[in-house]
Amino acid sequence: MKHLRPINTKAHRMQERATLENDIVALQSGQSTAVKPHVPTGCTILFSPGWEVDSAGGTAGLCQPVERDIYDCYVTCFWPAQVPDHLNNAPDWTSKCALATKDWRNVDIVFP
Amino acid sequence: MTSYSKGDVHVFAGGGTDYAYLAASGGIVSLDRISTRILARLDNAKLERPVLVSQMVDEGFAVEEVNEGIDELYQLSAIHNGTPRDTSSQALPEHFPLQSLVLNVTNQCNLSCHYCYEFGEDKVATPEGKKKFMDWETAKASVDYFFNESRGRQSVHITFFGGETLMNFPLLKQAVEYARNEADARGVSLDFSLTTNATLLTSTIIEYLADNAIGVTVSIDGAKESQDAFRVFKNGRGTYDVIEPKIKELLAKHKTRPIAARVTMTSHAMDVLGTYKHLKHTLGFHEVGFAPVTTSPNRLYSITPVGMDNVLGQFQVLAEDYLAHAQRGEHHGFSNVSDTLAELHQGVNKSLPCGAGLGLVGVGPSGDIAPCHRFVDSDEHKLGNVSTGIDKEKQAAFLKRGNIDNKYDCHTCWARPLCAGGCHHEAFVRYGDTGHANLHYCDWIRSWTDTCLRIYGTIASQNPAFLDHFTERKSS
Repeated sequence: MKHLRPINTKAHRMQERATLENDIVALQSGQSTAVKPHVPTGCTILFSPGWEVDSAGGTAGLCQPVERDIYDCYVTCFWPAQVPDHLNNAPDWTSKCALATKDWRNVDIVFP
Repeated sequence: MTSYSKGDVHVFAGGGTDYAYLAASGGIVSLDRISTRILARLDNAKLERPVLVSQMVDEGFAVEEVNEGIDELYQLSAIHNGTPRDTSSQALPEHFPLQSLVLNVTNQCNLSCHYCYEFGEDKVATPEGKKKFMDWETAKASVDYFFNESRGRQSVHITFFGGETLMNFPLLKQAVEYARNEADARGVSLDFSLTTNATLLTSTIIEYLADNAIGVTVSIDGAKESQDAFRVFKNGRGTYDVIEPKIKELLAKHKTRPIAARVTMTSHAMDVLGTYKHLKHTLGFHEVGFAPVTTSPNRLYSITPVGMDNVLGQFQVLAEDYLAHAQRGEHHGFSNVSDTLAELHQGVNKSLPCGAGLGLVGVGPSGDIAPCHRFVDSDEHKLGNVSTGIDKEKQAAFLKRGNIDNKYDCHTCWARPLCAGGCHHEAFVRYGDTGHANLHYCDWIRSWTDTCLRIYGTIASQNPAFLDHFTERKSS
């Protein structure tokens, strides 16, 4: 928050929550015009995992869980690729992502 | 096109800074120039976003900054865009352990204060045929009940009450000893307090209270004239001359807990400033709290609306004095301010006006459980008995009745996070319904909350370290 500064305990908690709300912005459009990261489009550089959750908030109930999504895009490459070109440009793209469910934030956009 | 309007927000200033009190949450934020202007433009006006932005740009603000400001205000519900938002309060947890027990050790009193809610014209109690003094079995059963029902709490509290509490002092001592042993065995921290009219204090009792760190609140209406107007013995004689030396001795000897005075304001006792000075400086109480008498409006001692305005004016003068102390980092004994600041600092947002019937219950001499000490001995409000426990259905009905969700009058009021419609007992005496919003003092509550907010804002901008006192303070 830039224009409103929390003063009491409740407002501090609200700010923390607001910060979390803005943590994942991929599908959060709505009314907000908040400045969002610039995501260049293109089949090899667009990446938006993390939004696919089932009704319980987990990933197990999805037909294509995020863990599998990364796997299938990246390794078997049948999915319309939303991952960088790992053969030529970004061979280490998932090196910081040992466990996709936990570490997906480390998987970043790649600029060729 | 999205149109914006001002949400449930109260804008106030303190110490040269603009603030917003967010009624949907209880949050307090400071505003910069942009957010202040956006809120001002939306005051009584509904504006489409591009119109709002262009008006702000005309004032000299950058488009991007204005958009950010609008989004931040929207995010904290300070402004609306017409999309409905869920405003119902959080459901109560299924199991809510007790935190406080008020033990009415007797329903007898040696005074005959005309306005007393226990004996006076507006009493709700129906003590006929019931025990007048609590016996040891009932006290023990009450303490056992309390510890069973407070499981999960690390820190609990027992208050002794009456009637006149000290008329059953032997039982109080027995209960303290028993409860302390139980607390030790359970590894729970326990503290005690009592309320008394001070007429029966003796050196032995004072020593006992000090040794056992029992908090004391003295019901007293001020200097001799105010005190003797209503707080009289059964023969009509005033009590001031009897209690003055006893209170002086209490304050001189009892240093283990802060000793508080609790003043009932009536049409005859509205001199807040004089009363505060007398109780704080002449007698030496640590804290002084004021509350208007609970009564139907037609009683002689009832304070008229004009009288309440006068009281508010005096509260405000005393509150300014509190602020001056706070700016210097000094303690001030006006507890109506410190209690409100504590709640504002925490940002409480109440679905119920108080803990009655939820975290707190009152138990009468017969062992009957009431929502609080004010309903003790009333058949109509009985929630159960310590021997059989609380009737969950009755308890749920009482809590549902008093919930802010059902007080529609309150839904558009910005002061609802702290007030939540006000005291259940006051509502019952005025309207015959514990769940009725206390509409007779709405303006008063809003003015008083605004006063406390301005004090809070001034302290937050000039001496924020002072607010740390309230971080640790219990919100009781």
